[in-house]
Amino acid sequence: MALLRLAGRRLALAVPGLLGVIVVTFLLNRALPGDPAAFFAGPAATRQAIEEIRARLGLDKSVPEQFVYYVRDLARGDLGTSLTTGQPVLRDLATRLPASLELTLAGLTLAVTVALPLGVLSATRPGSWVDHLARVVTTAGVSLPIFFTGLLLVYVFYFLLGWAPAPLGRLDAFSTAPRQVTGFFVVDAVLAHDGALAWAALRQLALPAVTLGLFAMAPIARMTRASMLGVLGSEFIRTARAAGLAPRTVLVTYALRNALLPVITLLGMVFSFLLGANVLVEKVFAWPGVGSYALEALIASDYAPVQGFVLLMATLYVFLNLTIDIVYGLVDPRVRIEA
Amino acid sequence: MMRVLGTLVLIAATLLAPAAPVSAQGRQETLLVIVESGPNSMDIHGVGANRPAYQASWNLYDRLLTYGVKRLPDGSRMYDYNSLKPELAESWTLAPDGLSVTFKLRRDARFHDGTPVTARDVKWSFDRAVTVGGFPTFQMKAGSLEKPEQFVVVDDYTFRVTFVRKDKMTMPDLAVVVPAVFNSELARKHATAQDPWAMEWLKSNDAGSGAYKLESWKPGQETVYVRFDDWKSGPLPKIRRVIVREVPSAGNRRALLERGDADISFDLPPKDFAEMAKAGKLAVVSHPVENAFAYVGMNVKNPPFNNLKVRQAVAHAVPYEKIFSTAVFGRGVLLTGNPIVSLTYGHDLFPSPYKTDMAKAKALMADAGFPNGFETTLSFDQGFATINEPTAVLVQESLGQIGIKTTIEKIPGSNWRNMLLKKEMPLFLNAFGGWLNYPEYFFFWNFHGQNAVFNTSSYQNPDMDRLIEAARFETDPKKYRELVRGFAKIEITDVPRVPVYQPLLDVAMQKNVKGYQYWFHRQLDYRQLSKE
Amino acid sequence: MSALLRHGRYVLGENPVTAVAFGLFVVLILLALVGPSLAPHDPLASDTARKLEPPSARYWFGTDQVGRDILSRVLVATRLDLAISLSAVTLSFVVGSVLGASAGFFGGWTDRIVTRVTDTIMAFPLFVLAMGIVAALGNTLANIVYATAIINLPFYARMARAEVNVRREAGFVEAARLSGNGSARILAVHVFPNCLPPMMVQASLNLGWAILNAAGLSFIGLGVRPPTPEWGIMVAEGAAFIVSGEWWIALFPGLALMLAVFCFNLLGDGLRDLIDPRRRT
Repeated sequence: MALLRLAGRRLALAVPGLLGVIVVTFLLNRALPGDPAAFFAGPAATRQAIEEIRARLGLDKSVPEQFVYYVRDLARGDLGTSLTTGQPVLRDLATRLPASLELTLAGLTLAVTVALPLGVLSATRPGSWVDHLARVVTTAGVSLPIFFTGLLLVYVFYFLLGWAPAPLGRLDAFSTAPRQVTGFFVVDAVLAHDGALAWAALRQLALPAVTLGLFAMAPIARMTRASMLGVLGSEFIRTARAAGLAPRTVLVTYALRNALLPVITLLGMVFSFLLGANVLVEKVFAWPGVGSYALEALIASDYAPVQGFVLLMATLYVFLNLTIDIVYGLVDPRVRIEA
Repeated sequence: MMRVLGTLVLIAATLLAPAAPVSAQGRQETLLVIVESGPNSMDIHGVGANRPAYQASWNLYDRLLTYGVKRLPDGSRMYDYNSLKPELAESWTLAPDGLSVTFKLRRDARFHDGTPVTARDVKWSFDRAVTVGGFPTFQMKAGSLEKPEQFVVVDDYTFRVTFVRKDKMTMPDLAVVVPAVFNSELARKHATAQDPWAMEWLKSNDAGSGAYKLESWKPGQETVYVRFDDWKSGPLPKIRRVIVREVPSAGNRRALLERGDADISFDLPPKDFAEMAKAGKLAVVSHPVENAFAYVGMNVKNPPFNNLKVRQAVAHAVPYEKIFSTAVFGRGVLLTGNPIVSLTYGHDLFPSPYKTDMAKAKALMADAGFPNGFETTLSFDQGFATINEPTAVLVQESLGQIGIKTTIEKIPGSNWRNMLLKKEMPLFLNAFGGWLNYPEYFFFWNFHGQNAVFNTSSYQNPDMDRLIEAARFETDPKKYRELVRGFAKIEITDVPRVPVYQPLLDVAMQKNVKGYQYWFHRQLDYRQLSKE
Repeated sequence: MSALLRHGRYVLGENPVTAVAFGLFVVLILLALVGPSLAPHDPLASDTARKLEPPSARYWFGTDQVGRDILSRVLVATRLDLAISLSAVTLSFVVGSVLGASAGFFGGWTDRIVTRVTDTIMAFPLFVLAMGIVAALGNTLANIVYATAIINLPFYARMARAEVNVRREAGFVEAARLSGNGSARILAVHVFPNCLPPMMVQASLNLGWAILNAAGLSFIGLGVRPPTPEWGIMVAEGAAFIVSGEWWIALFPGLALMLAVFCFNLLGDGLRDLIDPRRRT
């Protein structure tokens, strides 16, 4: 019950934020250069033809009026139509979101698998060369522009070594997508008992996930280390050690569990950060996600998709934070009691 | 530590383990085309249909006529703009008074759903083309195809087009991409009161009778075509399946070609084509783009470029050879330093007598009243930054030497067309190529006083207009030549834009891909291709 | 002061990585100041006859696609990149702190408005917001700085607000108020300086992020205008030449960029150690 109240309160707090996003996105859109009417009118249009199309598109109305129409369309679930794909934006986003989610989750999983143990290791041997090396390695990962890392990885592992598959997107040209259950190709292929396809999808996922993961390692490792250090120095750990428990038990069962709480919160932030950052990764790897969709649209001065993408990300961010808060509440009874 | 190592081993294993083998036969019968971006519509008449949409339409739909083939001295093949061949129409006769043409349609042509292609479908399609407005209507008008009344269904397999005037471009205009023949029965099933031409449905669906059917289309990702085995309008294509994948990164496209993981691409920077042609691992076929050139444009309506001497100064300051070697890597035909020669089609048409001569340029600037130069902006379309940026940098440097200080403006996306339409940019880089290979066609859109969007310099000259209009309908070849020379000469002396080079259309493919042919639309025609 | 220095020396001694980062930082500042005069060639002068030359004695870092010397461009770009990141972060820091501190100190409507604004900004995917702002306002240097500043604002605002909130009711604040100090003075002189340390850490990390942001914008064509030398745009343009084998065009600016960001990140870590003994090893 307390949890429900917590969720409700958080949602209520989030609504003004979403409204703010809607307004800002709309204004930004109107401020962007490019004239959809000119585009629609075609390559040889006269000024008169463009004005006619402008009226037809409703772009000749005043800004507040356009805003009202915009919100009304939003309420109906109409996010407009993309000029570059010719499809309704909502449909495009729905088809492409699983690709971005799969990539981000894969990247995050990789990052956690490497950064968490590194962080723990650094915490147990603070000040040693291992600690310094870990810090240098994780920081290096986040010090190069993400598109550069991606291109370098493609160059080395695909072009030079031939280990990675061609950067053609989620599947190579000759495989067909598995039947859609979750939209995650690896999961869906496994569910369809198609091991070969699952393998093919996993191979395509490897390099872009590594690129994203490299970028997420540093904050996770740093936070784990700091949190572990804090916990390791606390009273109850000292008691556990004094009580003669095996060091491994102390580390994993007692220290790590308690140290993970701030890391979980951080993961939420890292996940939403990655969702925005994978715009560039998707471009490099021809990954058909919402990020590359929005990017191509922005460059082609096609603004409905950008608007839709931003709204989608903002909404995801709100719900993600909500989920994190709930998970945190479930894990840490203190939060529940306070609420 | 072990966990970290374990993860790294797992990643390495994932990458190293081989993928499931694809059947060799499947690979042989399929062509993998990689492009920078794909179509945004399957309907050539659709609003805002982009260039890749032309490729889709060309292969999914048939037209009444098509062009023949000719072989060039270097062995490559291109369409023959002087020879019209049957496609859906098996024969045609011009009326004795020269004011109409009657087509006899083939009786064995079928749409992809199996229904026969009749004259009613042709009429519906042509009516649509001239009614929907925008680019398609515009293109039809270029061949004097303007009103639905011109299109007459004589009987199921006989179709007549009446002319509003005698225009030598009417027949060739029937073989371009726009007059595609749609399955009108199928389309009408999906038409509504608000959408009588089924624009909504035809945007993502195939109603054609072309050699290829649409197997699937994932906008922004890939388009897959499969051969229509009942195609009768020509020899059955050899490639059974064509996959067109979008790969936004140019470096990756090159990597894919070089490693043999893709078959063909024409979306690459000129440097890559130059290197691949030299390396010899891939087959690179090149052809000068007809009726086209890249230029440095100036707005002749506003100061300072309304001053002829200033324009001539610029024409002498453009670093032609540097641009040609550095930005385009020689993938083109340089247009500088040629006197106006006897005019034929092709690159002889746009010779420019101007050469890089800094001393002369400085003198002209002083003459024009700007001994200390002036400041201005140099704009270009960011979509073509690979070539435009080095060109802009070089032009900027060179103009700086004669006192013209420029700031470079990169204009993104479709805002470029808007900027062109506004006609306020003083100095800019652009290119234009026309589908119909007639000089008066080029001049009509680029210099005529009607001030089309392509008249980027806002050039107005009634003398030239007269010559252009006369040339359009002149049937005597000698008089025609005189007229063309006339307006070309005016353009050269008035120099509203400085021609730099005629671009090359480069296509790179694996050595086992054969049959490539250059088309005026600069897209791939899958019907001629085969894999050995 | 001397106590701080001694403390600093102790921490640097304990942590060789931070010492290296600090040294690198000094080198970068020096390069930014004198770099342009060290450049052997004019960074803007093209020499198309010598384009795409690999590193040689004459051109230590090779030449780019129009024949410009890459070493000179990398050196000159140091000033620009550091200027971009420093100005963006400073702007962000100042505006964010003022907003956040006011929100934390005065509460009420100030707090509500500031929180709304920061929440709205934080709800956007940050890079996309930067993209949108630069696309809307035009890709001038100033706009890139403003966009970077805006997307980093919430961090400072939130931090300042939280820290000020905690200290608002503290004893020394009461004492200051009783001795007749106005609110603004209390905020500026007594409360705020205590919030500085954690914010300095954040600022240092943001310096690196600002440079990466500019690079990302350049990759999609929204970066600085040609022919301005800037690490990000040199990497973005050079990336297209990797596959054809001209690795030096992207590598050297990439290394410079990486070293700078690396340095700022490690510096941030080191500053954290210097300031917060609890978190130190």
